[in-house]
Amino acid sequence: MTQNDFYVLLPVITLTIWATLLLLVDLFIPRERKGLTALLAAIGLTLTLFISLSQFGQQATAFNNMVVLDGFSVFLTALFLLIGLLGVTVAYSYIKRMGLERGEYYALLLFSVIGMILMAQASDLIVTFIALELLSIPLYVLAAIAYPKTDSEEAGIKYFLLGSFATGFIVYGIALIFGATGTTSLAGIITAIGVQTANLGLLLIGAGLLLVGFGFKVGAVPFHMWTPDVYQGTPTSVTAFMAAGAKVAGFAALLRVFALAFPLLAPQLAPVLIILSALSMLVGNLVAIAQTDIKRMLAYSSIAQAGYILMAFVPFGNANVQNLSISAALFYLVAYTLTSFGAWGITIALEKTDGQGLKIDDYAGLGRKHPLLAVAMTIFMLSLTGLPPTLGLVGKIYLFRAVMAGGYYYLAVLGVLTSLISAYYYLRVVVKMYMQDGDPQVTRETWLDLTIGAMAVLTVIVSFVPAPLFDWASRAVLALF
Amino acid sequence: MNFLFEPLTIVTFFPLLGVLALLLINSEQKTAIRWTALVTALLAFVISLWAFFFSGQYDVAAPGLQLVAKYDWITVAGWNIRYYLAADGLSILLVLLTTFLTPIAILSTWTAIEERVKDFMIFFLMLEIGMTGVFLSQDLFLFYIFWEFTLVPMYFLIGIWGGPRRMYAAVKFFLYTMAGSILMLLAILWLGINLDTFAVPELIGKVPAAAQMLLFVAFTAAFAIKVPMWPLHSWLPDAHVEAPTAGSVILAGVLLKMGTYGFLRFNLPLFPEASIQAAPVIGALAVIGIIYGAAVSYAQKDVKKLVAYSSVSHLGFVMLGMFAMNSLGIQGAILQMINHGLSTGALFLLVGMIYEQTHTRELAVYGGLWKIMPVYGALTLIVTLSSMGLPGLNGFVGEFTILLGAWGAGSGSYGSVWFAALSAIGVILAAIYMLYMFQKMFLGPAGEITKHHPLHDLNWREIATLLPLLVFIFWIGLYPKPFFDLMSPTVDELVKLLSAAALR
Repeated sequence: MTQNDFYVLLPVITLTIWATLLLLVDLFIPRERKGLTALLAAIGLTLTLFISLSQFGQQATAFNNMVVLDGFSVFLTALFLLIGLLGVTVAYSYIKRMGLERGEYYALLLFSVIGMILMAQASDLIVTFIALELLSIPLYVLAAIAYPKTDSEEAGIKYFLLGSFATGFIVYGIALIFGATGTTSLAGIITAIGVQTANLGLLLIGAGLLLVGFGFKVGAVPFHMWTPDVYQGTPTSVTAFMAAGAKVAGFAALLRVFALAFPLLAPQLAPVLIILSALSMLVGNLVAIAQTDIKRMLAYSSIAQAGYILMAFVPFGNANVQNLSISAALFYLVAYTLTSFGAWGITIALEKTDGQGLKIDDYAGLGRKHPLLAVAMTIFMLSLTGLPPTLGLVGKIYLFRAVMAGGYYYLAVLGVLTSLISAYYYLRVVVKMYMQDGDPQVTRETWLDLTIGAMAVLTVIVSFVPAPLFDWASRAVLALF
Repeated sequence: MNFLFEPLTIVTFFPLLGVLALLLINSEQKTAIRWTALVTALLAFVISLWAFFFSGQYDVAAPGLQLVAKYDWITVAGWNIRYYLAADGLSILLVLLTTFLTPIAILSTWTAIEERVKDFMIFFLMLEIGMTGVFLSQDLFLFYIFWEFTLVPMYFLIGIWGGPRRMYAAVKFFLYTMAGSILMLLAILWLGINLDTFAVPELIGKVPAAAQMLLFVAFTAAFAIKVPMWPLHSWLPDAHVEAPTAGSVILAGVLLKMGTYGFLRFNLPLFPEASIQAAPVIGALAVIGIIYGAAVSYAQKDVKKLVAYSSVSHLGFVMLGMFAMNSLGIQGAILQMINHGLSTGALFLLVGMIYEQTHTRELAVYGGLWKIMPVYGALTLIVTLSSMGLPGLNGFVGEFTILLGAWGAGSGSYGSVWFAALSAIGVILAAIYMLYMFQKMFLGPAGEITKHHPLHDLNWREIATLLPLLVFIFWIGLYPKPFFDLMSPTVDELVKLLSAAALR
C-alpha cells in the first residue's frame, strides 16, 4: 500500500476507522445519552467531507486501478457525505421518539455511506460489487431496525431478498463480462473492446444483467416493485436516507460503468434505457396519483425521478453529449437529494409514534397551523414537479437539455408530459395543506426543523445562483487510467 | 451586484420589499397589512412611471429595446443564460397596466378579504413580480421562470380565497396552463441548444425556416391556452367564477395579456415565416372565439361567467388584429389588450362590489338596481358601454383599429376581409349580451334581491377604486394618440420584420 493508494482512499479509510471506533465508543455511552453517538457520527462525516473536498481537482488511481479519484468521485463523495449528515439530523429525534434509539443505528449509517463512496470510486467491477454490498447490507438492517414492528421487519426482509436477487444479476453480469473480456477492470474492458478480443455478444448480455441490477438499486420500472413497500414499512428516517443514498449510489455505479466501459454498446443498450426511463416516468407518475399514503406517494415519485435521470443518460454513447448527460444527472441528483430530504423530513414531522399521520389527508390544515412547514413542503412539491423558483426546475431543464442534445426529442416530450401528470399529485398535497381545514399533529424538533428549513432555503436559493453547481457538475468528469 | 440597481430590476422586484415588510407584521393587524400592500403597489406604480417617463433613460420615440439590464447569469458548462431585462413600446404599456391594476385590485379587497389577509397580500405582490418580469424579460430562460412562477401565487389566490369549487378551479387552471408551457420549455431549450443563446434580440432572424413551424406550434400551445383562444378556453370560466374579485381583475387584466404578449414578443419576430403560414388558422380560430365567446356570454345566468366568456370574445379581437400582421392590426391589438384590462377589470370589480353585498351573482334575482344604487348603475353603464365598443370610449378605438387592420390585410391569399366582416358581427353580439346584462340587473321591475336585501350604494373607497379606470376609459376613447405613440416605433419595426419575411 503506497502513499498514493492511501491518499486516494482517504475519505473511505477515515470514515471506516471512525465508524469502527464509534461502534466501540457507543458501548460506553449510556442509553439515555445516545445523542452523543449522533454527534460523533456527524463529526466524523463532517471531517470526511472536508478531506474529500480537499481532494477536489485531483486525479489519481490506486490499488492497481481498482479505485480512482476524479472529479466525478469527489462530487459524489461530497454528496454522499451530505446525505449521511442529513440522515443523522433527521434521525436524531425521530428514533428517540419512536423508541428505536440504538447506537448501532449511526454506525450502520456510516458503513452504508462508506459503501456509497466506494461505489463512486470503483473502477473495477469487483470493487463495484463489494461497494454495493457494503452499502446495501447496513440498509437491510436499518430497514428492519424497528423490530418487532411487523411492517419494518417485512420491509427489511423484502428489501434483503429482492436486493440479493438484484445483486445476483450483477454478479452474474460481472462473470459474463469477465468471460467476454478476460478482465473486470473498466480500463481493461475498454482495451479488450478496442483491440477486438472481446466477445461482444457475451459482453452485451453481461452489460444487460448489470443494467438489471443497477435498475433495481435506483428503482427503475420494471425493477421497482420493492420500492413502495420498502419505503412504506421502513422507519421514515431510514427511508429518507435510503431514498437519496441508495438511488444516488446506484446512479454513481451506472454512470461510471456504462459511460466508461460500454459506449460502444450504446446502439444496443440505448433502446433498453429508453424503455426503462419511459416506463419509470409513466408508471411512477401514474401510480403515484392513486396513492393516499404520503410515503407510498413519495416512493412512486422517486421512481419517476429515477426515470428522468435515466432519460438524460440515454445518449451516453454519443461522445459529444456524454459529459453533458453525466453532469446533468449529477446536478439533478443534488437537486433530488435536497428536495427529497426536505419532503421526507416533513413526513417525519407529521408521523406520530403510533404510526398515524402518514395519510395525505393528515396534511389538511397544515398551512394554517404550521405555516412555515407548509411553505417548505410547497417548495419541495414545486421542486419535484419542476416549477420555479426551485432547484427542481433548473435540474430538470438540465436533464431535458442533455436528452435533446442527444436528439431524443420524443423522450423529452414524454418527460414534460409526465411532469404535467406529476403536477396533479404534488399539487394535491398543497391543496390539502392550504385549501382544506384540519388539525394536523406535528412534532417540532430543532434538528429536524433546521434540516427542513435548510433544504427549503437551499432549494430556492441555489435555483437563483446555480452557476457554481453547474460548473462543478460539468467538471465532474470521469477519468480513465 | 450592479444589476440590483438597474431601473428595470427595481421596477420588477420592488414589491419584494413589500413582501418582506408584510412578513414582519403580525397577521392580526389587518389594517396595517392592507396599507402596507397598497402603499407598496402604489410605489411600484410610481417607480414604473418614473423609469419610463421621468428617469430620462427611456426615449419614447425611439424603437428597439431600452433601459437594458444585461448581465451574465449562468454562463458555465455550455449554458448561455443571461439576466436580461429591457423594455420597448410593447413592454412598457403592459408593465404600466400591471402596476396600475395591482393597487386597484388590492384596494378592492379592503373589506372583501377578511381571512388570512397577510397571506393574500404576499401572494398578490409576488404575482405582481412575476407578471412584471414576464413583460420585461428578454432572455427566454428568464422569461420562462417568470412565466411559470406566476402560476404559483395565482393558484393560491384562487384555491384559498375562491368560491365553493375553488379547489377544482385552481387545479384546472394550474394544469391547463402548465400543459401549454412545458411544450414551450422544450422549444426554448431547442433554441438555446442549437442557436447557443436564449436572448430574444439575438435570436431574431436566426431561426431556420425549416424548424420554425414546430417551434411556433410549441410556443403557441403555451400562449393560446393563456389567452385563451378557442377551443382551449375551458379553464377560464371556472377560474374566473371561483377566483376572488381581485384575482379575477388581475387574471383578466394582466394574466391573459401574457398570452397575447407572448405571441407578439416571441412568435411573430422569432418565427415570422411560420407566423405568416399559420396566420389564416389563427385568424379563423380568433373569429370563432369572437363569435363563440359572445354567443356563450349571452347564454349565461351568472354575471361573472358572462363577463368571463366576454373575455374569450375580446381576446379573439386581439388575436385577429395581431395576425393581420400590419401596423394597424397590431397597434389595435396592443391597444385592445390595454382596453380589455381596463374594461373587463372594471366589470369584475363592479360584479365583486354587488356580490360582496348580496352573495349572489344570479342575473335573475336582480333587476331595478338603478333606482336603489344610482352611482353604481351609472358607473356600470359607462363600463358596459366601453366594453361593447361605444364610440368615444376606449373599446371602440381598439376594435375599430383592429377591424381596419384585418380588412387591410386581405390583399394576399389570406381571407381576412372575411374575418373582418364576420368579427364585426361579434361587435353587434357584444352590444346584445352587454345590454342584456345591464337591463337584467339595473332596469325593469325590482328582482328578489333588490326587493328584500338591504342594499347601499357605492362608498367612497369603491368609487376611488373605479375612478382611475374610468379616467383611462375616457382618455383612450377620446384621445388615444399618446398610447399609439408609445407603441408605434416598436410596432413599425415588427411590421418591417414581418413584411421582409413575407417576401422571402
